[in-house]
Amino acid sequence: MRRILPQLVLGLVVFFGLLAPAGFAQAPANARPAASAQVQDRIAKLEQQVAEARSSGDNAWMLVCAALVLMMTGPGLVLFYGGLVRKKNVLATMMQSFILMALITLLWALFGYSLVFHEGNRFIGNFGYLFLRGVGPVPNADYAATIPQQTFMVYQLMFAIITPALITGAFAERMKFSAMLLFMILWSVIVYDPMAHMVWGKGGFLNASLGGAIPTLDFAGGTVVHVTSGVSALVCALYLGKRLGFPKEPMPPHSVVLSVVGACLLWVGWFGFNAGSALTAGSLATSAFVATHFGAAAAALGWAAAEWFRNGKASALGAISGAVAGLVAITPAAGFVGPMSALLIGAIAGVVCFLMVTKVKGKFGYDDSLDAFGVHGAGGSIGALLTGIFALRAVNPVFKDAQGTAKAVGLIDGNPGQVLNQVVGIAIAWVLALVGTFVILKVVDWVVGLRVAGEHEVQGLDLSQHGEEGYNLEA
Amino acid sequence: MKKIEAIVQPSRFEAVKSALHEVGVEGMTVTEVRGHGRQKGHTEVYRGSEYTVDLLAKIKIEMVVSDGLAGSAIQAILRAAKTGKIGDGKIFVTHVDEAIRIRNEDRGEAAL
Repeated sequence: MRRILPQLVLGLVVFFGLLAPAGFAQAPANARPAASAQVQDRIAKLEQQVAEARSSGDNAWMLVCAALVLMMTGPGLVLFYGGLVRKKNVLATMMQSFILMALITLLWALFGYSLVFHEGNRFIGNFGYLFLRGVGPVPNADYAATIPQQTFMVYQLMFAIITPALITGAFAERMKFSAMLLFMILWSVIVYDPMAHMVWGKGGFLNASLGGAIPTLDFAGGTVVHVTSGVSALVCALYLGKRLGFPKEPMPPHSVVLSVVGACLLWVGWFGFNAGSALTAGSLATSAFVATHFGAAAAALGWAAAEWFRNGKASALGAISGAVAGLVAITPAAGFVGPMSALLIGAIAGVVCFLMVTKVKGKFGYDDSLDAFGVHGAGGSIGALLTGIFALRAVNPVFKDAQGTAKAVGLIDGNPGQVLNQVVGIAIAWVLALVGTFVILKVVDWVVGLRVAGEHEVQGLDLSQHGEEGYNLEA
Repeated sequence: MKKIEAIVQPSRFEAVKSALHEVGVEGMTVTEVRGHGRQKGHTEVYRGSEYTVDLLAKIKIEMVVSDGLAGSAIQAILRAAKTGKIGDGKIFVTHVDEAIRIRNEDRGEAAL
């Protein structure tokens, strides 16, 4: 059977190969001389139908991806963070992520999308898409030529939601709800929108394919999402100070069970985040999907192994934290690197983030309660840097010369300069997040005050901020 | 009448309960409690932060029995609760002056 099979395949290929030229030969003979309007018409119709079929396929994929990315925030992050806090703060923590699903949507609809994706200057878009004017069924060919711009808009919205939600891990269990809302409105406009415009907006300073001054590779948001949120998280943790009793009082997660479920949802949702960033349902999406999965797997093993080696036990919390760290690190690289590079990036991120969270945090003594900086800031920076090393034109020919031939992309592809560009991109994200967040915290502190009163903190934010409890076991 | 208060490992509770039933103890009050004696606690590690959990989960069984039954009840608890490791718990025995059944105001051993 084994010997027959190749012959059979060869036979079929030859058979259809003989048929094909005959078919092609007929077409020009018929079409050109006669060139009847009817035939022209049919060809035009056919072309349109082909385009529509492609568009419908891509659109189906992108709508599913948009839903998957929203699922990362709720219930993914909601459960992941909710499980990590003490039970008196479980609802308040979940609420912080959940309410952003609504709040950022409002901002995005009114002006956020315009500030990021309309052409403007190098650093921010202008108000051309204010109130989503002109954002409808017609594709915006600069970003995604085969899907309605409205699909692109709603897909990108989900990124704008999860990014600020990640920060909430740093100030968990001690920030006023009102302060958090005001902070997030300002942060979205002052930090996220400019950074996203610089990297993804047409003409943005760091844009890799639409005329950026310093082309930086960021496939799905390593700098835009993870470096900005992670670094801002660090600023928040430092500015707000430690939780009362930290680190003397024990503050163990009240339910690692919730966190495990949340992390699993994050892993699945991340396929929408990274593979969806191909913006089509083609082979690039597949390649990003595979890289994403491989990065998460290697990082989960990396963190668990490092923990086993140091503490004598591999914990469930360690394995899921590792997976998230790997997903973060592979985010900027997903659509640029091969599967083996993805394994390597994941493994590096798993070990480095483990050391950040267990060693570095302890050394400096800041209270990044749920390790938003240790995982997203560190993982995002490492990932963005490694993207510059491992990116390949064979995976994604993002750089082209005047003739349209693909040029080397990353260091191992023969473009060492890209590493420097990545460093510039990372540095800009760091500076914007550091300065922007600090200024915003000052303003919010002055307007409404950042921290809850001491007695409210002891009582728990569920009761003091929201007047309810997560677990009414006697009810 | 004697009051017997036994604090035992949660994993041994079912065995203790049936051993007590076998020797004829008819009533008991059971509470889930937390505490420690010499066993101290254990450490948990969450992302590198170590926590010592020094209050451990135990089961407290309280019963009041006639003087005659006290000896065999204590033996039954010892038999069923002992694993030989630190943390097996303790038994406290005290004298009880009076017992009253609320329903019909029976007094003394008749109320047990």
